[in-house]
Amino acid sequence: MLYLPHTREDIASMLETIGVDDLDGLFSTVPEDCRFTGDLNLPEALTEWELNDHMKALSDSMATFPAYKVFMGAGSYEHFIPASVSYLLSRSEFVTSYTPYQPEMSQGTLQAIYEYQTLAARLMGVDVATASHYDGAAALAEALLMAARITKRRKVVISSLIHPLYRRVVQTYFEPTEYEVVQLPYLKSGTTDFAALDDMDDLAAVGIQSPNFFGCIEDLQAIGEKTHDKEALFIASFTEALAYGLLKNPGSQGADIVAGEGQSLGIPRSFGGPGLGMLGSRKKFMRSLPGRLVGLTKDLDGKRGFVLTLATREQHIRREKATSNICTNNSLCALAAAMYMASVGGTGIRELARLNYDKAEYLKAELKKAGCIISFDSPTFNEFVVEFPSGFEATHRRLLEKKIVAGLCLAPYYSELANHYLLCVTETITKEDMDTLVSCLRSCFQKSKQA
Amino acid sequence: MNESLGDTGLILNDPLLWEKGKKGRCGFSLPRRDVESAPLREDLIDEGPDFPDLSEVDVVRHYTRLAQWNFGVDTGMYPLGSCTMKYNPKINEKYASLPGLAGAHPLMPADLSQGALKMMFELEEYLTEITGMDATTLQPAAGAHGEFTGMLLIHAFHVRKGASRSKIIVPDTAHGTNPASAALCGYRPVAVSSNEDGILSADAVAEVMDEDTAGIMITNPNTLGLFEENSKEIAEIIHAKGGLVYCDGANMNAVMGVVKMGAIGVDVMQLNLHKTFSTPHGGGGPGSGPVCIKKHLEPFLPVPRVVRDNGTYVLAEDYPESIGKVQAFHGAFGVMIKAYSYIRRMGPKNLNKASQLAVLNANYIKERLKGTLHLPYDRPCMHECVFSDKHQAAQKIATMDMAKRLMDYGFHPPTVYFPLVVHGAIMVEPTETESKEDIDQFIDAFKAIVNEAKEDPDLLRDAPRSCKVRRLDETTAARKPCLAG
Ligand SMILES: Cc1ncc(COP(=O)(O)O)c(C=O)c1O
Repeated sequence: MLYLPHTREDIASMLETIGVDDLDGLFSTVPEDCRFTGDLNLPEALTEWELNDHMKALSDSMATFPAYKVFMGAGSYEHFIPASVSYLLSRSEFVTSYTPYQPEMSQGTLQAIYEYQTLAARLMGVDVATASHYDGAAALAEALLMAARITKRRKVVISSLIHPLYRRVVQTYFEPTEYEVVQLPYLKSGTTDFAALDDMDDLAAVGIQSPNFFGCIEDLQAIGEKTHDKEALFIASFTEALAYGLLKNPGSQGADIVAGEGQSLGIPRSFGGPGLGMLGSRKKFMRSLPGRLVGLTKDLDGKRGFVLTLATREQHIRREKATSNICTNNSLCALAAAMYMASVGGTGIRELARLNYDKAEYLKAELKKAGCIISFDSPTFNEFVVEFPSGFEATHRRLLEKKIVAGLCLAPYYSELANHYLLCVTETITKEDMDTLVSCLRSCFQKSKQA
Repeated sequence: MNESLGDTGLILNDPLLWEKGKKGRCGFSLPRRDVESAPLREDLIDEGPDFPDLSEVDVVRHYTRLAQWNFGVDTGMYPLGSCTMKYNPKINEKYASLPGLAGAHPLMPADLSQGALKMMFELEEYLTEITGMDATTLQPAAGAHGEFTGMLLIHAFHVRKGASRSKIIVPDTAHGTNPASAALCGYRPVAVSSNEDGILSADAVAEVMDEDTAGIMITNPNTLGLFEENSKEIAEIIHAKGGLVYCDGANMNAVMGVVKMGAIGVDVMQLNLHKTFSTPHGGGGPGSGPVCIKKHLEPFLPVPRVVRDNGTYVLAEDYPESIGKVQAFHGAFGVMIKAYSYIRRMGPKNLNKASQLAVLNANYIKERLKGTLHLPYDRPCMHECVFSDKHQAAQKIATMDMAKRLMDYGFHPPTVYFPLVVHGAIMVEPTETESKEDIDQFIDAFKAIVNEAKEDPDLLRDAPRSCKVRRLDETTAARKPCLAG
């Protein structure tokens, strides 16, 4: 086996040094009645050649871009990843190292994560960003728990337009705690109805996603002010980080904590993971943040260097009193995001985000012309909700046969929204793709009218 | 010894990203604009994020230089205890980036995602078999996340029985994530001490177990690298009072094909794919922390679950007692592919062999270094062994000094100052992928360092001298935090 370097002679001489007769003898401290003596019931080893075929078959069975035109985002976005990013990210000094516990030997990871923290903080508009979390949903759950700890209050309020699967994760995290999660309804405009906040007291936090699950841009400023009137913390969440290449960032609109998903920043979709949980806050709350932080310092000669810092918040020092249980995070994904943000640059990210916006607006306009209803009139970024004629399910299936994914059906998540679909357009979708979608829709509608 | 591994090399400085570049540069090929600009409400936007503008060459040089300041398993031996820094096979990386897998959308209909679902289904089966449990969820994103998921399952189990319990037993040797995960789930950890052999005694557990205790979190093999010999008896004590046994399976690399945790009383456990199953650690993640359970916890597993139905795979949501979700989608799929590929490449015999060789390497190091370093528990170890700096106290040399000096010799240091029960702990986990020659070189380096401690201790206090930077001022970093530039 090519990963196991020991020769028979090596094993014999090492066993002799140890003073046992055979490999089995190494397990003398495992009591007889704890031993498994059979063979594991697993498939026999494959050669690399054989496995190549097997893995290729698995991959080939999947419906993915570019063969499929996927007009579906909903928390997982197709964006171009520069070849240089994938290439640099495969440097094995980054890939095969552990969490940088020994800083002198890990300056590459440490400086890169410090740079990620900086760019992430600038993107979200906060003072401090952590080194990464598991995904946007877990980051949001941790942000809400953090707010409850800071305010010592028990109730958190979240918008029903936060990604439904994120809300599910929040519910799961909160279930065994003493805290309560309340949801805000939404308005006809496709944004959160926060009027109910007036009658709520003793709130730890209000959590709002923008652009929200319907793609609509929320009035963060207004909700933030209302939240602060209640002396609660304002938490902004997001699933599409690229939006902040164009839109005002949450921090500048009053968010105290920002938590979201950074998959759009150079990380492949990979069936939903690993992604990048992004989390940051105002400086004031820095010591309550969950997760790892890299800080700037100097070495004995006064040279610039970086270390993991503020460890007294963490599980390995504080154990059950830590701000979180997180240990391994998603460091390499943060590194991908840093490389991506550095490659796109300040000028580039704005242009790229604008292109996403413009393309989505184009499709919206074309769909309207084809007789579809754009359900909500609030401005959107690169996703929006369309109401199709009733019975659209069959059309959706027919389009799948043509390798077009015409958005995500919203009915399973919002039962009142039958025939409503969430569509997404990024820079990877061409005008031609959009025109094809619209003309297919037209001919489907035509046929169903005739039928 | 012969020529040491450690040497000097040409290391180039590189400033911070935003200290480089010029406005107007771009390292990204922007897609062609094929639609017109649409109206956009001015009040929604401002000037955009303050990112530097860099060319592709700027970016490539920057990260290439940074990479050279780092040390990985591919650079050399990385015997970081409790972290299982084994070799990460390159073919696994290739599979994870196959376009159909890396490009897959998690919400595509199941009939268009059969390859991904088949892989997940089979990986769950393999992990279930390796642990001897009844079912597995792949959703948790790392070891600690798996622990938390396990705690939620235990909580749901007790709630259904009509009595949620308030405490959980956690030994003093446990990793910090154990008490933190328990606390996140609302449990109060109750500490028990290990005995003079470094393991738990059944009596110590019996003394604290009661009807308000949800169960025990037990790491096996434990963080001293020792097998918990009384685990079966301990499980009986816990079960007799209605509790459940959680096993932190981060150290499974010692016992694949040797012990099935399901057969020794474990009800729920997590595996760290980024340890035992060869997926790279990425400088701190992403990992993957599947949770394996016994039948009685199955109704509570996170959703959706991958189910096989007449030869096709579907995502099933209809589990009313499920704890819900711990990740938005299916977990770290990209990491699962690598673990799957590893298991398929290894097969059952080599997995078992890997555990045997991991234990062989650790015991070999223990035997050869025990005269040189203090060995607090002189018993056969599993995949790792724990020394201390007791013998160096006379020279006022501490664990950290020896660790830093190892860098000059070209090795990543072991885990230091953990577990907490050993003062000045030096926790060495070589893994099975290190050859005898490399291990001998490591042992020789450690012996040379211990000699230096006697003859020229300043060499250690001054170490490292051959890294990009010398020892760093961590105190000021924490006192006056500067976390962004
Ligand atoms: C014994 C043990 N348990 C749990 C963990 C936590 O795993 P992770 O870092 O993947 O969250 C670790 C690793 O750090 C460990 O060594």
